[in-house]
Amino acid sequence: MVPTSYYLVLSAVLFGLGVVAFIFKRNILTVFMSIELMLNAVNLAFVTFSRSLGQLQGQVFVLFVIVVAAAESAVGLAIIILIHRNRGTLDVEKVDTLKD
Amino acid sequence: MPVLDYLWIIPLLPLVGAAVNGIFGGRWAKNAVSGVAVGSTTLAFLAALEAVREFLSLAPNQIPLVRDYFTWITAGNFRADFALQVDQLTVVMLLVVTGVGWLIHIYSSGYMHDDPGYRRFFSYLNLFMFFMLVLILGANYLLLFVGWEGVGLCSYLLVGFFFLKQSATNAGNKAFWVNRVGDFGFILGLLLMFRTFGSLDFATVLPHAASMTADPAGQAGTLTVIALLLFVGAAGKSAQLPLYVWLPDAMEGPTPVSALIHAATMVTAGVYMVVRSHAIFLNAPVAMQVVGVIGCATALFAATIGLVQTDIKKVLAYSTVSQLGYMFLACGVGAFGASIFHLMTHAFFKGLLFLAAGSVIHAMGGEQDMRKMGGLRKKIPVTFWTMFMATLAIAGTPGFSGFFSKDEILDQARVMAPVLWGLGVLTAGLTSFYMFRLLFLTFFGTERYDEHHVHVHESPKVMTVPLIVLAVLSVCGGWMAAPQLAGGVNHFEQFLAPIFASGAAPVAAAPEASAGGAEILRALFGAPVIAGLLGFLLAWWLYIKSPETPKQWAQSLSGPYKLLSGKYFIDELYAAVIVRPLVWISDKVLWHVVDERGIDGAVNGVAFVSRESGDRLRHASTGNIRTYATWIVLGVLVITSLLLWMVG
Repeated sequence: MVPTSYYLVLSAVLFGLGVVAFIFKRNILTVFMSIELMLNAVNLAFVTFSRSLGQLQGQVFVLFVIVVAAAESAVGLAIIILIHRNRGTLDVEKVDTLKD
Repeated sequence: MPVLDYLWIIPLLPLVGAAVNGIFGGRWAKNAVSGVAVGSTTLAFLAALEAVREFLSLAPNQIPLVRDYFTWITAGNFRADFALQVDQLTVVMLLVVTGVGWLIHIYSSGYMHDDPGYRRFFSYLNLFMFFMLVLILGANYLLLFVGWEGVGLCSYLLVGFFFLKQSATNAGNKAFWVNRVGDFGFILGLLLMFRTFGSLDFATVLPHAASMTADPAGQAGTLTVIALLLFVGAAGKSAQLPLYVWLPDAMEGPTPVSALIHAATMVTAGVYMVVRSHAIFLNAPVAMQVVGVIGCATALFAATIGLVQTDIKKVLAYSTVSQLGYMFLACGVGAFGASIFHLMTHAFFKGLLFLAAGSVIHAMGGEQDMRKMGGLRKKIPVTFWTMFMATLAIAGTPGFSGFFSKDEILDQARVMAPVLWGLGVLTAGLTSFYMFRLLFLTFFGTERYDEHHVHVHESPKVMTVPLIVLAVLSVCGGWMAAPQLAGGVNHFEQFLAPIFASGAAPVAAAPEASAGGAEILRALFGAPVIAGLLGFLLAWWLYIKSPETPKQWAQSLSGPYKLLSGKYFIDELYAAVIVRPLVWISDKVLWHVVDERGIDGAVNGVAFVSRESGDRLRHASTGNIRTYATWIVLGVLVITSLLLWMVG
C-alpha cells in the first residue's frame, strides 16, 4: 500500500505549481487553470486524510468543493470572455484600471 | 359619575376636532369645517357642565377628585402620571374656558368666513382649547407645564396667522421669545420644587409646602426662591412687567384670537398657576410682596399707556395687561379668591370687548384706527350696546360684574397694603377714562370716515348672539358676590373657600361693618367708584363736550404725551439693550466666527483630511491581480509559519 505521505507530497507539489503559475503566468486563462489546479490539490489532500483517518467528512467536502468550483468556472469563464471582448487582450498586466 | 370618571374626554374632544380639521378639512366646505370645530367645543362645554353637575354632588372629603390614568414618566425616583384633577378652582376655570371658548368659536365662524385660512384657523383654535384644558385639569406641575407650553405654541401660531405680513410674523416670534424667558424661570422653579419636595404632584407638593415653616419676613428661603421663579413664568405668560411687551404686539392676530387667547384664557394661566400654588406663596412673604408690587405697577403702567393709544385693539391690549396686574395685585395681598373672581369677570367683559371691537372692525371694513371712526352708535346698535355694557363692567360701575370683583380686590388691598390700594384706585380711574374714551371716539361724535368707501353694516347673527350672551354675563357675572354688600355671604368666595382653607391663615379681616346699610353705602360710594366716575366725566368732557381740547393738551404737554404714545419707549430700550447686542453677537461672532470657521471648518476639515489621505494611499494599490496574489501568498506563508512555530 502506498504511504499517506506520498499523496500529501503530490498534493503539495500540485498546489505549489498552481501558486507559482498563478503568480507568474500573464494569460488570464492560464491563471484561471492554475486556480483549478490548486483546488484539486486541496481535494486530493482531503481525500487522503479521509481515507487514512477512516472518516467520510473529507470526501463530502470534496464534493462541495467540486460543485462550487463548477459554479466558479462558469462565472469565471464568462468574465474572461467579457474581458476579451471589451479589451481585446487576456494579459493580466494590462487589466489594471482599478488603481485609477 | 360618567364624566368625572372619564375626565380625559373633555380635553380630547377639541383635540379630535383639531385633528379632523387639520387632516381631512382641506377638501371640505367651510360649513363642515366650522361644524366640526364648533361641534367639538360644544360637546366639550356640555361635558364640562355635566362634570360640574356631578362635582357639586360630591362629598367634601372626595375633593380634590384625582383621576390617575397612566404613568407617563418614570426616571429614578422621579415619577409623573397622566392624572387629571377637579376641585373648586378647576371648576371655575373649566366653565370659563369652555364657555367663553365656545362662544368665541361660534363668533369666529362668522368673523373668519371670508378668510382663505379658515380650516387652519379652526384647527389651531381647537388645538388651543385642548392645551388650555390640559393646563387647568392637570394634577401635577409637569402636566400643567405641557398645557402651558402648548397654549404658548398655539398663541405663536395664531398671532402669526397672517404669516404673509412681516409685522405678524415678527409679533409671533416676539410672543414666543419673551415667553421663553418666563418659561426658563418656570422650569428652574419646577426643578427646585422637585429637589425640595421630591415630587411635582399638587397633592404632594402643596400640603407639604403649607406645613413648612414660613420663610421669615424680609428673608429669602427655598420657598421664596421657588415662588419667585414660578412668578417669573407667570409674568411671562400673563404679560406683567417687565415681560409684558409681547401682548400688545400679539394684537396682529385675528380678533377672535385676541379675545380667546390674549384676553379671556391663556394670559390668565399665570394667575391660575399662582393661585394654584398659593400654599407656596403664602409661606414666602417676600415673594408675595414682589407679586403685589409688580401687579400694581403693571396695572398702573399699562393703564397710562392705554390713555393715548389710537388703535382700538391696542387700547384693549394695554387694558388687558392692566387688569392682569389687578389679579396679581390681589394674589400679592393674599386675596386669591378675589383674583380668580376678577379673572372670571374679566374673561366675560374683556372677551366681549374684543369681540365687539372685532365687530366694529368688521363693520368698518378692516379699519382699526379710532381717529377714523366716530358716530357708529346708530349704525351698529347691537355692537354698541353690548360694548357699552362691557365698558360699564370694566369701569367698575356699581351693579356690573367688574364692580364686584375689582371692589373686592381693592377692599382686601386696603386692609393689607394701603399704598397699593391708592395706586389701584388711581388705576381704576384711568381704566374708566380710557374705556369711555374708546367708546366715545368709536360710537359718538362726528363721522370721521369716508362714507363712499366704507359701508358700515351690522355683523351677522352668528357674531351678535355671542356678543349678547357675553353682555348678559358681563352684567350678571358678579351677582353671586352681591349679598356681601348687605352683610351676607359672598357665594363665589364661599365656593372657593375649601381650596384656601388648607393653606395658611385666612387673609383679610372679616367684614368689619356688619351693619348692612353702611356697608352698601361705603361700597357704592367708595373710592374706586368715585375714581371711575371722575374718569368717565373727564372722558365725556374731552371727547364729547369739547373735542378740540385733547389736541391742545397733547401740544402743551408734548413731553409726557410723547412718552405715553411711545409706550415709555420700552420696546426701543429692549431693542437697544438686549435685541441689538444679541443680533450683533449672533452675526459677527456666532455666525461668522464660530459657525463659519469653527463648526464649518471642523466638518470641512474632516472631509478634506480623509480625501487627501485617501488620495495618497490609493497609490499603494497597483490594480495588478498578480501583485495582490503575491501578497496573499506571502501573508499565508507568514501566518502558517507563525502558527506552526507557536504550536511546535
